[in-house]
Amino acid sequence: MSTIVEKIFAEHSKDRVEPGEIVWIDLDVRTARDFGGPNVVKHLMEHYEGDYLEDPEKTYFTFDLSVPAKTIKYAINQQVCRRFAKETGMGIFDVDAGIGTHVLLEKGIVRPGSTAVGTDSHYNILGAIGAFGQGMGDKDIAFAFKTGKTWFEVPESMKITVEGKYDWPASARDLTFAVMKEIGSSGMLGKAADYYGDAIDNLSLDGRITLASQTTEMGGIIAFIPPNKEVLSFVEERTGQPQKGIYPDKDATYSEEVHIDVEGLEPLVAAPPKPTNVKPVSELEGMEIDSVFIGSCTNGRYEDMLAAARVLKGNKVKEGVNLRITPSTKEVWARVIKEGLIDIFLKAGAVVLTNPGCGGCAEGMPGLVGKDEVELSTTNRNYPGKQGPGKIYLVSPATAAASAVKGYLTSAKEVMQ
Amino acid sequence: MRPTKLKGRMWLITDPEGNRFDDIDTDMIFHNKWLYITDINEMGEYAFGNTPGWEDFPGKAKEGDILVVGRNFGAGSSRQQAVDCFRALGIQAIIGESFGAIYKRNVINSGMPLIEAPDIFESGMKSGDLVEIDLENGEVKKDGEVVFRARPMSKVQMDIYQAGDLFEYGKMLK
Ligand code: SF4
Repeated sequence: MSTIVEKIFAEHSKDRVEPGEIVWIDLDVRTARDFGGPNVVKHLMEHYEGDYLEDPEKTYFTFDLSVPAKTIKYAINQQVCRRFAKETGMGIFDVDAGIGTHVLLEKGIVRPGSTAVGTDSHYNILGAIGAFGQGMGDKDIAFAFKTGKTWFEVPESMKITVEGKYDWPASARDLTFAVMKEIGSSGMLGKAADYYGDAIDNLSLDGRITLASQTTEMGGIIAFIPPNKEVLSFVEERTGQPQKGIYPDKDATYSEEVHIDVEGLEPLVAAPPKPTNVKPVSELEGMEIDSVFIGSCTNGRYEDMLAAARVLKGNKVKEGVNLRITPSTKEVWARVIKEGLIDIFLKAGAVVLTNPGCGGCAEGMPGLVGKDEVELSTTNRNYPGKQGPGKIYLVSPATAAASAVKGYLTSAKEVMQ
Repeated sequence: MRPTKLKGRMWLITDPEGNRFDDIDTDMIFHNKWLYITDINEMGEYAFGNTPGWEDFPGKAKEGDILVVGRNFGAGSSRQQAVDCFRALGIQAIIGESFGAIYKRNVINSGMPLIEAPDIFESGMKSGDLVEIDLENGEVKKDGEVVFRARPMSKVQMDIYQAGDLFEYGKMLK
């Protein structure tokens, strides 16, 4: 019987859905960012004469990379998209909104079982609520804008079970590291996955976003986290509609099964050169650092801000260390201000970037690292050169904040009891 | 209707030792230093420009040739040039043991026939062989005899191929 990806495709396609088959699927949502968006517009204009959008109500631009525009080229590109949106009546989340995929979740534009595509390689983050999201190139997205459809090869699915309990300061990010260590950078290559197990059920929505955001770094197409009660009521509130969620059939067929035990999980770190190069923080304890970034589509949610604030409260960032914090969306940003977290950050000596979005994760935004600089970051990639010539170590928000206070890599246990 | 039986001369892309050449990525096919090129007519001369042993391919390829490649061909970035450089040379189809996922999309979307043929390197065929491929049933023939059975092209692939490319197909939908 069916895995989640097979169920979603079957609901959105007339073709026979079976691994290896190529099917046409109807898309509930299609988007382009400030990167990719102008090319989508160019393709549409070049190939079609008007009537560019199958359904403007299901089509959006989401600006999140260079927000507000940092170079003239980005400014012009965003202007091209704004004008096109105005002419066609499609939706636009402008430079104030935040990371596109997160905005789709917050605004109730996607729900469990939805299909969505966009010009963002982390679009599969939508698996966090059990939606099918897929990043694609600008030609594919132009076609999706025009027709509301895309073709897709039905992937095989893996079954990944994560079990066990752990305590603060270990977090969803550390669970994610544990999964990545086990699966490796190509363990999910070309595949979908369904998550199972009590450690997964217990994850909050923000924790699910963290886990889903790393599917790409394991080579995966999409990994689904079946929604729990918290997720369903979030989506119900945001969409204003009752939700039944989406779950694999009991006898769904999987190509592979993986078990991961996170009992007593310790804080982990991913050292360069790749995000699956995972070690215990204790192994690298004491490594001196120059800068720290907390944010991105992986750890830019309110829960992440709260974890950082919990550690920073009453503490000061070590002199000479530069700590930058960027909430992922305007909603998170507003809550950080309203709940007083901003005061904690400022008192601790953190630099809070003024605008929600991808922050230091994206080129074109402030927060790159210089040569020989060592940075701790809650983003999702530490490939050489991704955030500048320095060395990037990936950690959880709590570890990032604690290390900022000490000036060297350490776990939050060392800073607060 | 575009033809569903293609005849052409085959290039078996092997490594410097003459074995199947796996994991040829998009930087080996079309190096990023040439990414600024946007005119397809200029792309041909850089095809395989960074693939050991195949740097001179653009001078040897002829209109109508067929590429046979190894596993995970076109891994890496999403650059369309890595497909268009072969179209510029007149390559009419790519047969491969397997492809990078995005590369595969880009080939199919450009309206170029792509045939998946796991283990075709075991079939004994050589560069220079004249072959006929049937896109509908996946048969590869040499001298009129079936020498390999590949996966037939899917309906979706065939639809896009027949329309010309993904954008032309889009016009038929509305
Ligand atoms: S935060 Fe980074 S990885 Fe996430 S969508 Fe933005 S640029 Fe991509």
